[in-house]
Amino acid sequence: MKEREHLIYKYLRSSKRFPHIWCPGCGIGILLGALVRAIDGGGYSKDDIVLISGIGCSGRLPTYVDFNTLHTTHGRALTFATGIKLANPSLKVIVVMGDGDATAIGGNHFIHAARRNIGITSIVINNQTYGMTGGQFSPTTPFGLRTSSSPYGNLESTFDICGLAREAGATFVARSTVYHARLLEEMIGLAILKEGFSVVEVMSHCTTYFGREIGLESPVEMMKWQRDNAVRVEKAEELSEEELRNKIVIGVLVDREAPTYHELYEKLIAKCRLEDNAL
Amino acid sequence: MAGCRFYAGYPITPATEIMEQMSWQLPKMGGVFIQMEDEIASLGAVIGASLAGLKSMTATSGPGFSLMQEHISFACMAEVPCVIVDVMRGGPSTGIPTLPSQGDVMQARWGAHGDHPIIVLCPSSAYEFFDLTIKGFNLSERYRTPVILLTDEGVAHTRESVMLPPKEKLVIEERRKPSVPPEWYTPYDDRQTGVPPMPAFGEGYRYHVTGLAHDIRGYPTTRSDEVGALIDRLFSKISRDFHLLQWFDSYQTEDAVVTIIAYGSVARSALRAVKEARERGLKVGLLKLKVLWPFMRYIVMKFLESSTKVLVPEMNMGQLSREVKRVNQGRCEIVTLNKADGTLLSPKEILGSLQDIYP
Repeated sequence: MKEREHLIYKYLRSSKRFPHIWCPGCGIGILLGALVRAIDGGGYSKDDIVLISGIGCSGRLPTYVDFNTLHTTHGRALTFATGIKLANPSLKVIVVMGDGDATAIGGNHFIHAARRNIGITSIVINNQTYGMTGGQFSPTTPFGLRTSSSPYGNLESTFDICGLAREAGATFVARSTVYHARLLEEMIGLAILKEGFSVVEVMSHCTTYFGREIGLESPVEMMKWQRDNAVRVEKAEELSEEELRNKIVIGVLVDREAPTYHELYEKLIAKCRLEDNAL
Repeated sequence: MAGCRFYAGYPITPATEIMEQMSWQLPKMGGVFIQMEDEIASLGAVIGASLAGLKSMTATSGPGFSLMQEHISFACMAEVPCVIVDVMRGGPSTGIPTLPSQGDVMQARWGAHGDHPIIVLCPSSAYEFFDLTIKGFNLSERYRTPVILLTDEGVAHTRESVMLPPKEKLVIEERRKPSVPPEWYTPYDDRQTGVPPMPAFGEGYRYHVTGLAHDIRGYPTTRSDEVGALIDRLFSKISRDFHLLQWFDSYQTEDAVVTIIAYGSVARSALRAVKEARERGLKVGLLKLKVLWPFMRYIVMKFLESSTKVLVPEMNMGQLSREVKRVNQGRCEIVTLNKADGTLLSPKEILGSLQDIYP
């Protein structure tokens, strides 16, 4: 308990007007706690961390913590992050997005940031709905579900965010749920350590809207659902596709090496300068 | 030369040449060039790089400029310096790639959502392009605001020789940094100039940047007193220096009965038309605007008062002429000459119009 108090004093912005905007029982607070502990555990200077968000419930997250923080436009957080990382590669750039933010309006930026393998840590908090606007269906909402914008049932199939990141070229991809808070902290810590483009998908719950839509009324029930349906990646390898249906595979899914864009660019500058001096 | 060290863009004719040159030159200067996945991303990266301390720019044409409007609005609200070049081509939509037009004059002013101030500069020659680019970066850094260089395909693709001034004669402005330690720094408070000093991310001033209406500490607010003060300051930081943004050329306007008000490549045709008309004994003159927004109403008013008629030729269906008419308020007769078919307004057409309306 003592350690936790210490972290709050160290990282929470005392000048910010509280309370925060999240509903009681929301998963974003758990993510923020895991993120702060992971950063603290990594021993980074607060001055070197840039925390960026898009729009939505997750968009408010950087406001509360004492880093260089940037709240951008809907879906475009990764583009701002790209500019910051290239302008100053010594900064640790962390982007927090929601599922709609990262894969609907920002889907294009997401796949291209992954393709470039630029040194950005992307945390996608997936609550399977547009919470801030009142529970419309998102690219990760299950097929057939009734939501406030699919009153007759959702006709669209879902994105696998981790699969998308892997295929697009991310060099580190992991998943956790907010129920598995310690694992989440560990996954975020590893993602920040990674030099290339890293993605952590965080399965979360929107108790206010999504819970009502799927018939789970309380955050406790929703987190129990996460607990009961999560499968560690090591165990998932032994299971058949049928057994894995509707399960959440958690752990490190991808960890590979590839040259990063900002390193390649620094080499390019060195080369151009050498040639220029030779002339 | 202006100190730009970051460029992010997306290919679009007739602005691609700017991007290609940047991809060639910037790495040699230690600067950053990146080709992004679209124009929204381009301006996003430009704003990010500017927050990290680099002077940054992008260039595009009409369709891409439309995509950038969301982030122009963000840069106004979060007060992030950046320069955006729009090389206008025929529209609407994909329009006529790539013939000249001046169809984005109002988009440059009002395209971005929400009420916001904007600075739009308009060159009509290669040298003015050079000069206004440097001035544009200076204004952008001085006022912490996006600056738009609005030009057309005619000017952008014109090749002409220029005499560049020696580097030491150029005035290059740098961003004002805070002089107080981080714990005393209030990101959006400055009562002296209206423009708060701006540290780069990573310099120890950990502050919050948002597109939401914010208080002087940068945190979101909906309190009307705080929002009102913010919007007032965004406007007044530029309007208080309105008298410094009066860049124009006038030619033979002293005794002109008819004055042409023109900008961009049309101003070149107009100059020729004025010379030819003078040879025929017509007392005509030219006022060439180099700043379109904020609209220099007092300068224009002076010419409206001294002339019997004013001709506003434009390669659109009448955009800046609306502003001239608004300022006119019955001072003289305003005649418009509009064309939006992808061809340049020729000196002959302007001369013909001058002859028709000459009293």
